[in-house]
Amino acid sequence: MLSFLVRRVLTGLATLFTAIFLMFLLVNAASDPLADLRQSTAPNKQQLIAQRIELLDLETNVVVRFFTWLGSFLTGDPGVAWRTGQDVGPLISHAIGSTLQLVTAATFLSLFLGVAVGVVSALRQYSSFDYMIIFLSFLLYSLPSFLVAVLLKQWGAIGFNDFLADAVIPWPVILGIAAVGGLIWSLAIGGPPRRRLQVGLVAAAATVAMLAYLQLTDWWENPTLGPILIGLLGAATAFAVVAIGAGLHNRRALYASLSTVALGVAIYFPMQSFFDGILETHLLIVGLGLLALGSGLLIGWLFGGPDRGVSMRSASITAVVVAALTFADQVMQVWVPYSDYLRGRPIPTFGDQTPNLGGSYWVGILDTYTHLILPSLTLILIAFAAYTRYSRSSMLEVMNQDYIRTARAKGLPERVVVVRHGFRNTLIPLATIVPIDIITLIGGAIITENIFARPGMGQLFIKSLLGAEIDPVMAYLVITASLAILANIVADLVYASVDPRIRLEA
Amino acid sequence: MTTTPAPQPAESDSLENAIELKEVEGLSQGQIVRARFFRHKGAMVGLAVLIGIIVLAFSSVGVGSFSGWWHYTGNENGAIVNPRGAPTLSMPTWLGGDGFSLGEHPLGQDEIGRDMFAQVMRGTQTSLMVVAIIGVVAALIGVIIGSAAGFYRGRIDTLLMRTTDLFITVPVLVIGAVIGRLSGGIGGFAFAAMMGLVLWTGLARLVRGEFLGLREREFIDAARVAGASDLRIIFKHILPNAIGVVIVSTTLLMSSAILLETALSYLGVGIVRPDISLGMLISEYQGAFSTRPWLFWWPGLFIVAIALCINFIGDGLRDAFDPRQKRIPSASKMDRQMMVQRRAGEAAVAGGAAPGGVPASGSDDPGAPAR
Repeated sequence: MLSFLVRRVLTGLATLFTAIFLMFLLVNAASDPLADLRQSTAPNKQQLIAQRIELLDLETNVVVRFFTWLGSFLTGDPGVAWRTGQDVGPLISHAIGSTLQLVTAATFLSLFLGVAVGVVSALRQYSSFDYMIIFLSFLLYSLPSFLVAVLLKQWGAIGFNDFLADAVIPWPVILGIAAVGGLIWSLAIGGPPRRRLQVGLVAAAATVAMLAYLQLTDWWENPTLGPILIGLLGAATAFAVVAIGAGLHNRRALYASLSTVALGVAIYFPMQSFFDGILETHLLIVGLGLLALGSGLLIGWLFGGPDRGVSMRSASITAVVVAALTFADQVMQVWVPYSDYLRGRPIPTFGDQTPNLGGSYWVGILDTYTHLILPSLTLILIAFAAYTRYSRSSMLEVMNQDYIRTARAKGLPERVVVVRHGFRNTLIPLATIVPIDIITLIGGAIITENIFARPGMGQLFIKSLLGAEIDPVMAYLVITASLAILANIVADLVYASVDPRIRLEA
Repeated sequence: MTTTPAPQPAESDSLENAIELKEVEGLSQGQIVRARFFRHKGAMVGLAVLIGIIVLAFSSVGVGSFSGWWHYTGNENGAIVNPRGAPTLSMPTWLGGDGFSLGEHPLGQDEIGRDMFAQVMRGTQTSLMVVAIIGVVAALIGVIIGSAAGFYRGRIDTLLMRTTDLFITVPVLVIGAVIGRLSGGIGGFAFAAMMGLVLWTGLARLVRGEFLGLREREFIDAARVAGASDLRIIFKHILPNAIGVVIVSTTLLMSSAILLETALSYLGVGIVRPDISLGMLISEYQGAFSTRPWLFWWPGLFIVAIALCINFIGDGLRDAFDPRQKRIPSASKMDRQMMVQRRAGEAAVAGGAAPGGVPASGSDDPGAPAR
């Protein structure tokens, strides 16, 4: 294990050095820092050019310049973006922060949605639902991200803001949405025609009820969750988690999850005064989330029984969801003043925060979220397609294995066959892709950041490249390249830990 | 080795079985693959649309000295026909238009009167050529280096694997941006060739993997004993067996190449004027989305259409070369089959027919399309 790590890190460093050296030569050849001066009509043009050549040390051989740069980089001075005179260090750390905000949520959401849809699609292979998903994923996969982003900017931001100005969905539209939703659910759940009909009707009715509730309570203008909705959504989560993870016949798990929801609703009002009386920080919020996780585990443990682990798992997942709902409720409470402050157009199309906003912790969070919605949606739509395709083909491969037939033959319920024997093995190939995806995303979504003018890593790279500023470009490349090497090592380790057949020493 | 538990093949499987039966009749591998490919509806539609786009793009505005049948080149500033240069294309009456006609500028004009159809066609040409060049260059280099590494192993192999490591450390989009900047003055061909020089690594790895497995097989030993040279073994014996991997991954590479090219051109680091690229058109005209939406829609439509077609063709090729993904029996279908069987058995017992009577003739499987 240790020798594997040492070997990989050493070859990684060698690769990193070579890649950085080659990229330095390439970037140097690709950028022309004198371009703007050559076109200039200033009388002292020659003098300016000579000044800049001296500033950037352009007379020196590029290889020598590389080693000068490397030396100062290694001693902790990543250089200067010479057009603005800013130090690269703070520039990069700010950019990483902005990028992390963007890619974290997008990656996890698209992973969750993509795997769920892909697995369901594989289980209904060659059904109309499957064909629909295949076509959708092909379409999304073929969409250039800049096209999606520009469209979202036009329809998502401007259209939704217009909608908010007069938030009424006509009833025929609501019925149409409900019909389509019911159809999709009935196709996804499958089964005999009668069951499909039931599922479709229930889903459609639920959709109508939800949209009608939103409509009649003016939810669009004044969004809140409140204890009742938190309770309903929490209970639905509890049932879903238990139905997939433990089976509804496991009463202990179900009751444990439901009591977690009850606890969450019970402390709703005390939590309100708690939040009013305290100065929130990110640390506190994360701590509260962990506390929720712990109380879920505790409730599951208290319910006991022969398989404590299952109850603890279900209850803790439910607890985290309920905590997230409470958090969302807090954020929504500042929606009205926030929206008024922005004169009723709360979905922005550029940047990553409203300048000089002020306000409480929750206003800051809400502001970050509204700026995140559209870029995240762009990234999710595109990554979703890739994950759906991966997980669908992986699940198909697994469900064709002999051990699945064995599991069915020995009479296991379908849920256990799918979740425990099928799904878990489906995750093995994904485990090698996901770490690489997550870590390399820190390099930034170049196109998305560019269109939404988010000051992230990708934006920093492309701007510096176009401005012929070699220092920020090289700092960016060092960071992304070392993260990519790290990601590959992590992927190998993860692979070895989830699949016992792989041995790293071999 | 069938995975279908049904005692009798379902209706929809008959095509599949027909192919497998023909295999026994002694069709060549190529014929089987071709038959499977032609049965793939998505791939066929994709192929037809792609050929249509290629013919349209190259015949309309011409290429080289051939001038084409369209009367604009996209560079002249004609008089603006419709207000704001709206498309003159009108739909047939059954689509709610007033009779089908192309008009002077079917896809509209931009703010200085340039013909959009000609520009889009030029952009499509560029994108298609870039994709084709990237595909050819990457496939050639990938196959040569991958087969050399897989066949000879040793030092060449190490060199190849280290080089691929180099390329995975820097994201393709980043390398592409730098290369686009580098080749900015030289034009589309140079850009495409240089991108091909970068994108071959994935293919080389796959080819190497295939070669590593195939070179240990008996038929290679047989060829060697018969006195075949290394080159003959590589190109006549191993490569034909690995050709599926090459074709499929080249196609998938090409589908991502078109998105890469348009994205780079959108960012202004790919194709630059006087060449025209679809991504560049979108980048230039995105500001006009609310006033002149046609300037945005048509280039976008063509990008998506080309990428979608290549993706479907790639999918069809993969299914044709690698038919491992067969249908899995779902639980409900198994239940249904068992019920049919049981009912048939009961009927047979009640009717006093011979044991093991005929199962119900028509399967209640609605007959999903073959693929």
